[in-house]
Amino acid sequence: MSTTVVQPVPRSFGRMMGRGARDWAPAVAIFVLGIALWEGLVRGLDVQRFLLPAPSEILSTFWDERDTLVSAGLFTFKEAVGGFLIGSAFAVLVALVLARWRPLGNALMPYAIAANAVPIIAFAPITNNWFGILSPASKMAIAAVIVFFPVMVNTLRGLTSVRPESVELMRSYAARERDIFRRVRIPTSLPYLFTGLKVATVLAMIGAIVGDYFGGSQDALGIQIRRSAGIFAFEEAWAAIFVASVLGIAFYGAVALAERVVLSWHPSVRGGRE
Amino acid sequence: MNEQAAVVSLKSLTKDFARGGVRALQEIDLEVRQREFVSLIGPSGCGKSTLLRIIGDLVQPTSGEVVVNGKQAHQARLDRDYGIVFQDAVLYDWRTVAKNIALPLEMLSWDRTRRSERVGEMVELVELAGFEGHYPWQLSGGMQQRVSIARALAFDPPLLLMDEPFGALDEMTRERMNMELLRIWQESSSTIVFVTHSIAEAVFLSTRVVVLSPRPARITGIVDIDLPQPRNTDTREQERFFELVTQVRELLRTGDRSGEELPA
Repeated sequence: MSTTVVQPVPRSFGRMMGRGARDWAPAVAIFVLGIALWEGLVRGLDVQRFLLPAPSEILSTFWDERDTLVSAGLFTFKEAVGGFLIGSAFAVLVALVLARWRPLGNALMPYAIAANAVPIIAFAPITNNWFGILSPASKMAIAAVIVFFPVMVNTLRGLTSVRPESVELMRSYAARERDIFRRVRIPTSLPYLFTGLKVATVLAMIGAIVGDYFGGSQDALGIQIRRSAGIFAFEEAWAAIFVASVLGIAFYGAVALAERVVLSWHPSVRGGRE
Repeated sequence: MNEQAAVVSLKSLTKDFARGGVRALQEIDLEVRQREFVSLIGPSGCGKSTLLRIIGDLVQPTSGEVVVNGKQAHQARLDRDYGIVFQDAVLYDWRTVAKNIALPLEMLSWDRTRRSERVGEMVELVELAGFEGHYPWQLSGGMQQRVSIARALAFDPPLLLMDEPFGALDEMTRERMNMELLRIWQESSSTIVFVTHSIAEAVFLSTRVVVLSPRPARITGIVDIDLPQPRNTDTREQERFFELVTQVRELLRTGDRSGEELPA
């Protein structure tokens, strides 16, 4: 008997955090150092505040304006998440259809690629007209369309990158196409899907904020940033950017966490070899 | 049990590949009887894997007849009359060892209790008890291939098709797996068709060795392996073993010379 066996990685939360702390320590140090450097440079060189305010000022502005900023942040976050969900759901559905009927996929793929090259954000003023300038639906539409392509392309690649023997094995069991999808293609596609979804979180936030720039409810993050910068309240603009960053990272982190749970079998998640 | 019943019967089987019109197999006639262990041996790319896939109805022949377990190959596949083992274990990464072995049983709609009972037996058979909850990437190559064999045998198919199953393993593991396979073959009631390009492996394992020529593959000769059963490590050191190895090697060389269409 061969005995080279990798023991299952203990999955206790404490261990994960323990390992995490060691892995993350250098990154945290860099972060703290960077902020300190920024603060020191701004103060030491007396940088004009319209160029770059100090982190401490941004933070204190955030604290003073926290109610407005958090509510604006959540408003825009809802636009981003809504667009993400609609765009991703549609993308997965289309990928499934294209993987199931390959000739259709081959016929449509050139158009999908061409459509992907269209700068979607340019449509923002038009979606404002379609869905109403004050409705979050117009920003969701932008986010959804931006999110659609990376998720669709990744999922489709996952669904079709199944090894031929995996399919032959299923055929040897007289499996129907439906079984092959359920038991082979869909599980194979999950790591690809999550790669797409993680990219999508970032794109959805960008879509929602830039969508805000083209007008809409006053209680939106993009509007806050634009207005603050317009009246030279740069600390406020930066504080709003800070909120956008925190929400964006949280969004990405949530999807990455979901990936760890869903792909608990995957070597990359279990800390083993690929 | 009727020892003479043919489990696989091939009649003037020919296969041309649509692309480029390359002829892979030419006029293959072969009968594999119940409880036999038949190896197909030939140079790389001669079409022995294609032949195995034709028996499994995974590739369609251009002409000729394929009868498996007394019915057309297509019907035999629908009736799940064979289990198949590939060169790579082809385990599903997202399934544990136990769930990989249970895959064909799920396809046959066995209920949970019956499935886990059977998986327990199979894990014992391939000596992987204690590894049921492991994922494929946590196992060595030899262990993965054992899981793959357990999966192929789980539903007790009358025929086992093996496509160079130990080709990717190191020599030591390979010899150990050969012994295991012989033990499993003796414990189950399977008939085995085994593709390999190792002469020693073919002679050691088989009751008959079918020697194929380079593409287009024809049967150059069939060698009856009259080594005593059960075989063990001593078998490899017997004089008769070396004689048979030489006989197979010479047939391979004859096949090489007679290959007119393609130089080796």
